[in-house]
Parts: sequence; structure tokens; C-alpha cells
Amino acid sequence: MAEIILQKLSVTPPTAGETKSAAGPLIEVDNLSLFYGPTKALKSINLQIGERVVTALIGPSGCGKSTLLRCFNRMNDLIDGVRIEGATRIGGHDIYSSQVDVIELRKRVGMVFQKSNPFPKSIYDNIAYGLRLHGVKAKSDVDAIVERSLRSAALWDEVKDRLRESALGLSGGQQQRLCIARAIAIKPEIILMDEPASALDPIATAKIEDLILELKKDFTIVIVTHNMQQAARISDFTAFFYLGELIEFDSTRKVFTNPAKKQTEDYVTGRFG
Amino acid sequence: MTHFEQEIAALKEMLLTMASKAETAVNKAIKALVDRNDDLALAVKEEDNALDTLEIEVDESAIALLSKAPLASDLRLITVAMRISHDLERVGDEATTIARRSLELGQEPQLKPYIDIPRMAKMALEMLSDALEAFVHRNPEKARAVIPRDKEVDALNKQLHRELSSYMIEKPTTITRCLNLMVISKSLERIADHATNVAEEVVYLYEAKDIRHTGKGKES
Repeated sequence: MAEIILQKLSVTPPTAGETKSAAGPLIEVDNLSLFYGPTKALKSINLQIGERVVTALIGPSGCGKSTLLRCFNRMNDLIDGVRIEGATRIGGHDIYSSQVDVIELRKRVGMVFQKSNPFPKSIYDNIAYGLRLHGVKAKSDVDAIVERSLRSAALWDEVKDRLRESALGLSGGQQQRLCIARAIAIKPEIILMDEPASALDPIATAKIEDLILELKKDFTIVIVTHNMQQAARISDFTAFFYLGELIEFDSTRKVFTNPAKKQTEDYVTGRFG
Repeated sequence: MTHFEQEIAALKEMLLTMASKAETAVNKAIKALVDRNDDLALAVKEEDNALDTLEIEVDESAIALLSKAPLASDLRLITVAMRISHDLERVGDEATTIARRSLELGQEPQLKPYIDIPRMAKMALEMLSDALEAFVHRNPEKARAVIPRDKEVDALNKQLHRELSSYMIEKPTTITRCLNLMVISKSLERIADHATNVAEEVVYLYEAKDIRHTGKGKES
């Protein structure tokens, strides 16, 4: 049945052998510069992100990390006066090519925001809405995906008895996990997260962090975070940005225990400036 | 279990592997001495590498865990793990020393039947295994009970030194053998010291009280 659903979603299921053996990076950023009007917000970024790993983007406010994140599903298209140079490829295809269907791209590259933003609908409909939009009509299929998504987002046990109640009645942490469930329901390849836990208490944060580590078995995750230790806890790779430049990109362990650049060390240890 | 808990569990697992290797090494070294078995003594020397490697691995994963900003008991566990692994590595080194001296002793006829040395070894290893059991079972009381026993091992070590001194005075040809036995005795006394350290670290881990160098827990 899963195949049928995926066909309806016209998403290629990641067959384990094939995707892993592809070996090349899933996301390639090639000499990417981005301008907001005259301001250069990203300066010739080169970065490669592998499949099914968690990559953290860190750096002080205004360093370009969220801007870069939004390049991966062309969310910057929505902002006036944005100009992009260089290339961003996902699975080898330039996502800024004129042939790319942006709606299709955003289906492959899901996003979770800092502030949870559930629809003012029932818990069930929050997930079902997107599915129906993507052509999954049969109730049994929708039911199955709703349950699977909620389970994957570690929310099922908390909400299974009140699926028809408003999502706005959930706690902040639950709402955020619902947004993650909503994002994974349509089986994206990549999930972008923009400070997904910054508005949550330590317990809800721990749940989100653990969820991210579960999700990386199936998805490639890129996360922006201001919390250094969060980056250390959940990511495999860390990219440090400063004033629109990529200062250092390496394994998280390296960046947090023995960074190559003094700037990186000063930032991760809180001695910046 | 969360991912962090799994990593902490893996760290504990590494320590227990180290403990079992250290204990085996000391047992083998003592057996090599008593049975005058050179092959066994050589094996102890070779197997020490495994403990050295594990010590490095424990340190590496502890550093990685520390970068994740653990708090409270997790923080204590990680720092304590680094110290315990160091103690266990040193226990392994002492086993190597015993093995090396056994090889030298094997070159000459046996000086005397070995009674006190196996007894000391048994006491020191029991201290170590009790301290580690206290670590595994979160039992600081058991750990505290280990600490005063160090004095008994110290006393045996002193007694043995006196005895060996008298041998040396009476018969200088025994000096080399006596010195080797003194070193072995001292090694066992040190193993008991390491066991005491581990016990103190376990108390710190579970009660957040640092009882090192306070004399507390020493009185039996």
C-alpha cells in the first residue's frame, strides 16, 4: 500500500541500496551568493551535505544561516529584491533552473519553523490537508499516513484519542511535533528546520532533539540553531557562518572539540566579539 | 531510552569492559607468579594494550559527551568515568609490572612460598570489584565500605616489606628476589589505592560529595 500512496504523491521512495550507494552529496551549494537588494547576505558559499545526516548551521544573528536554509526550498523567492548567483543542486539537479516546479521542490524539501504554525484545524486535518492536496483521497490511506506520521513524530500516543480536536489546544512542544508530522507526511527527502526548539522548555526541546535523531534514519535534516549544545547533541556536521561567510564546516565533534578556526572556537564557547 | 542515555550507557559499558580486563590482568599476573608460568606473564604484558586503547576511547567519548552540555548526575558521571578509566588503566599497568617481575623471579629458585602476595591480590581485587559493583548498582554505601579496607592492604604490604628486609639482611644473595617481591607487593598496594579512588569517585557520583583527602570514610 505504501507504494500506491507514494505513487499518488509522485514521490520516489528512497530505496535503501540505491540512495546510499549514490554516495555523492544530496545537497551541493556551489559558489552561492545571495543579495537582498544591494546587500550581499551570502558570500560565495560552498557546501556539500550528505544524505541522512543532520547538519547544523550556526552563527550569530544576521550571519546568513537562515538565508541559506531558505535557499534549499526557494523560500527566498517570496522576498522582493532577492538575487542569487551560483548554484544549489539537490540530487544533482539545479533547483534554481527554470524547469523546476517550486511546489514539487517544496514537497521534496519540507520545512519546520521556529514558531509552531499548525492550521486552525483538527490534529487529524493538519496532516490530512496536505495529503489531500497532493492527491491522497482514500480515507483508509489518509488514516494510515496520519497515524504513521504522528508515530514518527513521537506524538501518536499523546493525541490518538483526540485527533478531531483543534491542534491549537496542544502544548507548544506538541504543536511543533505536529508540524514535524505534517512535514514528514508527504515524505520529503529533506527537512529544513529553523530553530525548531528555541521557543520550547527543556523537556519539549529534549523530545524534539530525540525526534530529530530518529528522523535522520529516513530523512536528511538541515537545522538552524542558536543553541550550541543542541548542535553538538543532534548534528553530525556543523557549519559556522559569520557575516555571510562560511567560516568552518566539519564534523560536529571536530567543530566542538577542536575547531580549525579561532573565530569558530570563540563563537561556540561564547567568547565572541 | 533517549539517544543521550544510550551514549551514556555505552560509556558505562566501556568502563565495565575495562574493569573486567584489568581484573583479569591482575589475576593472570599473580597466577604467573605463583605458578612460575612465563608464558602467562608475557601474555599479561601484551594484553595491556587493550586497556590503554580503551582508556583513550573512554576519554574521547567523554569529551564528545561533555560538548553536549550534560548537567547534574550526567555531568558527574562523565567526569567520574574519565577518572575511573584512568584508575583502571593504572591497575593494568600494575599487572604488567607484576608480570615483568614474575619473569625475573622465574630466573631464580623460588625464595619462599607465596602466601601474603596472593592474599593481598585477592583483597585488592575484591575492593576493586566491590567499588565497581557499587558503581553499577548505584550503591554509594557499598562504595564507602571499600575505603577503610585499603588500610588492611597497606598493613600487609608493610609486613611483607619487613619480612623481606630480614631475608636480605640474613642472606644478601636473596636481595634481587626480595626487591622483585617488594615491587610486586607495592603494586598490589597501589591496586588497592586505585580501588579506593574508584570507590571515592562512586560516592561523588551518587551523592555529589567529594570525600577525597578528607579522611572521611577511612576510619573502619
